[in-house]
Amino acid sequence: MNWIEIVSIFSAAMAVSFGAIGPALGEGRAVAAAMDAIARQPEAAGTISRTLFVGLAMIETMAIYCLVIALLILFANPFIH
Amino acid sequence: MIGSPLATKTIFTVGSIPITEPVIVTWGLMTALGLGGWLATRSLTVAPSRRQIVFEVIVGTIEDQIRSTMRVEPAPYVPLLGTLFVFILAANWSSLVPGIDPPTAHIETDAALGLIVFFAIIYFGIRARGLRGYLKTFAEPTIVMIPLNLVETFTRTFSLIVRLFGNVMSGVFIIAIILSLAGLLVPIPLMALDLLTGAVQAYIFAILAMVFIGSAATKGRADGSNEKEKP
Repeated sequence: MNWIEIVSIFSAAMAVSFGAIGPALGEGRAVAAAMDAIARQPEAAGTISRTLFVGLAMIETMAIYCLVIALLILFANPFIH
Repeated sequence: MIGSPLATKTIFTVGSIPITEPVIVTWGLMTALGLGGWLATRSLTVAPSRRQIVFEVIVGTIEDQIRSTMRVEPAPYVPLLGTLFVFILAANWSSLVPGIDPPTAHIETDAALGLIVFFAIIYFGIRARGLRGYLKTFAEPTIVMIPLNLVETFTRTFSLIVRLFGNVMSGVFIIAIILSLAGLLVPIPLMALDLLTGAVQAYIFAILAMVFIGSAATKGRADGSNEKEKP
């Protein structure tokens, strides 16, 4: 196993682990804000939770981007033949 | 699906064109949806039967979503956006059938869908404003924004593609990994989560296509509801 493969595997793990931090914090804040809003206004729970799901999927996309990059590094690395 | 998520399996070749597995699944879905639509609309009546009411509710919901997101009459946009939503939903849920990978878990299908949206934005923009009017929207709000608006046109299509691909592919991939670790019953909760993700991603793809087409086709670009939905 040469150096490029070692560095590739390491950087794929780094990409996923550090890339998950930001979306995790963001999703936590979004869910907390939605809980707060539902507690204040329970009759708007339907609209809030629908918007929350769309927003969560948007935030989660950032983590998915990191996963895609990690998989590109592992499976479609241009420097490994 | 435990190998490379970017590789596709060739089933057979027509001349020099390889026909891959996602293409076959896509054809199957197209046939099923087309036949279903034909059977559902074959005997429409003014006093609807129970089955017709179900389909009317689906079409009505899509029209309501378009009306509340784009603030226009939904009629010209329902065929494209409704088909996109129904097809992506069917494709994401096709993993329920054993032995079938959803075609949206391969980036080629998503790239095709993203390109359809890309050209639909241009088509509806030119149809609503004329060629000069559409080109003028790139210079909004000031002429300095032209490069940024041009770049945005491509990056938002690209993020649309990668979002759908990444979400569906990661779901399939995680289920494959769990299956190889623990066989019976353990992957079922993750499969249920995968169904939710598939539905939400189909909804998001359709909503974002609505927002992009709406911002190109309607006046008053900086609508509050439009800005909120952008990634």
